Amino acid sequence: MKTFYWLVKRELWEHRGGFFWAPVITGGVFLLLNLMGIITGEVMGGRHGFNVAFGGGQNNLHLLANALDKQSMDTVGAGLDMVMYSPTMIISMVLGFVVFFYCLGALYDDRRDRSLLFWKSLPISDTATVLSKVVAATIVAPFIAVVTGTLTGIVMLLMFAVTLSFHGVGVWHLLTLSHPLQVIANLLGSIPLYLLWALPTVGWLMLCSAWARSKPFLWAVVLPVATGIVLGWFKLIGTVDMSTAWYWRDVLARILFSVFPGGWFTQMQHIGGNNPAEMLSGLSVLNTYTVLASPNLWIGVAAAAAMLAGAVWFRRWRDDS
Amino acid sequence: MSAVITANGLSKHYKSSLALDNVSFQIAPGRIVGLIGPNGAGKTTALKAILGLTDFTGQLNVLGFDPRKQRDKLMGEVCFIADVAVLPRWIRVREVVDFVANVHQRFDRKKCEAFLARTKLTPDQRVKQMSKGMIVQLHLALVMAIDARLLILDEPTLGLDILYRKQFYQSLLEDYFDENKTIIVTTHQVEEVEHILTDLMFIRDGKIVLDADMDAIGERFIEVMVNSDNAAAARTLKPLDERQVFGKSIFLFDGVGRAQLEALGEIRRPSVSDLFVATMKGTYA
Repeated sequence: MKTFYWLVKRELWEHRGGFFWAPVITGGVFLLLNLMGIITGEVMGGRHGFNVAFGGGQNNLHLLANALDKQSMDTVGAGLDMVMYSPTMIISMVLGFVVFFYCLGALYDDRRDRSLLFWKSLPISDTATVLSKVVAATIVAPFIAVVTGTLTGIVMLLMFAVTLSFHGVGVWHLLTLSHPLQVIANLLGSIPLYLLWALPTVGWLMLCSAWARSKPFLWAVVLPVATGIVLGWFKLIGTVDMSTAWYWRDVLARILFSVFPGGWFTQMQHIGGNNPAEMLSGLSVLNTYTVLASPNLWIGVAAAAAMLAGAVWFRRWRDDS
Repeated sequence: MSAVITANGLSKHYKSSLALDNVSFQIAPGRIVGLIGPNGAGKTTALKAILGLTDFTGQLNVLGFDPRKQRDKLMGEVCFIADVAVLPRWIRVREVVDFVANVHQRFDRKKCEAFLARTKLTPDQRVKQMSKGMIVQLHLALVMAIDARLLILDEPTLGLDILYRKQFYQSLLEDYFDENKTIIVTTHQVEEVEHILTDLMFIRDGKIVLDADMDAIGERFIEVMVNSDNAAAARTLKPLDERQVFGKSIFLFDGVGRAQLEALGEIRRPSVSDLFVATMKGTYA
């Protein structure tokens, strides 16, 4: 267990840039852009005598806040929750790229630079090595992304609150309409789902990473794409009579793009609603976990287990040559 | 005492070549074995097989483990320095010490820090900022702090300057080696290791062509400096090798009686490099 902890820590040391700095910088840039937006709004508003940013006259926003009925209060709350979600969504995209390239290099880079010979000179099993990389990609990385995303969201909310308070709006009242704890719970709760959903992609990329003698990226991408084209060609000349759409959607997309968070929404019965609040609650953890009932998810997990076993096997026998 | 390594009929094929050809040998504890051979003779393959880094056919027992199946357990008792600079470039001194200290049962952190204190390495330094010599110093400090029973060195001093090379072998002998440890070293710089070796193994085209301890080699191989009038007589004794120095001939004999040779001229013990050159004659031809 201690060895495993240090293995995961080792991954963090090596990939501090991708796992930690990428989300932090993304969050920072996000805040900066928003700040610039607010300042632009204020300056333009000041210059032209009306408030662009908040669309109304100088001091009647508080009237609005007081006049909210139940439904619009829900809408405002949902809007604020959206504000809190938004940085995490952007960071999630970055996370997808980081995890993709991390997995692709995980079992290849140390063979290329021969540091494999050092790692293999330590009493660590290949299974533990591979699993530590899976944990780093599917638990540690998304956790850091969620934490930075949430913190960015909170700072954003405060930024808007302060701006609004300059215009005499009782901001703290407005903020009580949002549900930060619920947002945090939803985001943290989606990490286990991310693990399960991303596994086939992680497994496939790591298998290529452990197997390829060179250019793992090409193998990982070209192989499934070529397979799809060949299937399509068979269909074209009429040898097999089946649609290839399922291949692109349920195989290729699952082994290449599932590291991007949120893919599991495609497996849910109905998303959406009549208003933002309903829509958001549709995306809450309780709802998203219905994905656990979809065979797609579990077939993916089983395939991932096989591919990871393959990765361990190749890790065992591929040397630096 | 039982052998540290027992190999029986070890073979390894690469696509186009035979890297190990039915090799058998034993290595006893407390020895320093030089595994010496020309480029591509199979040295590295033999070491990789011992370390469980490559597949092979035949039987191999290292400290009671089968390296193919139990590499992770084996590595608790075996240390390995591969031909320089295999430490990951991104890692810091502090990190690598922390890591090894926490995953290796037999690692003595105090010892390692004492070794590092003798170098110019600083805790926050990254491997990529180090010279080749410094990387080897770091690796050696890590390895010497591990109480392993077998240490394998594959060209450990390749590309280092003479100061680092001397210091490397000196540290090994003074601070590391004892009768419970075994060291296997491959190198091209034969002159530098020959005075520390207890055993010599020559490997050529995947076969072991010489396997003996240094005393036996001193008995078996004799070099004689012969005046030109005795040269013809010397040639009838089938020397391994002959070369000319200052108008005299130097003959290298394998298994010819000492008394017989003393009659021909001045005799001496051949250097390992001369022996190597004579044994490997025609390798690249």
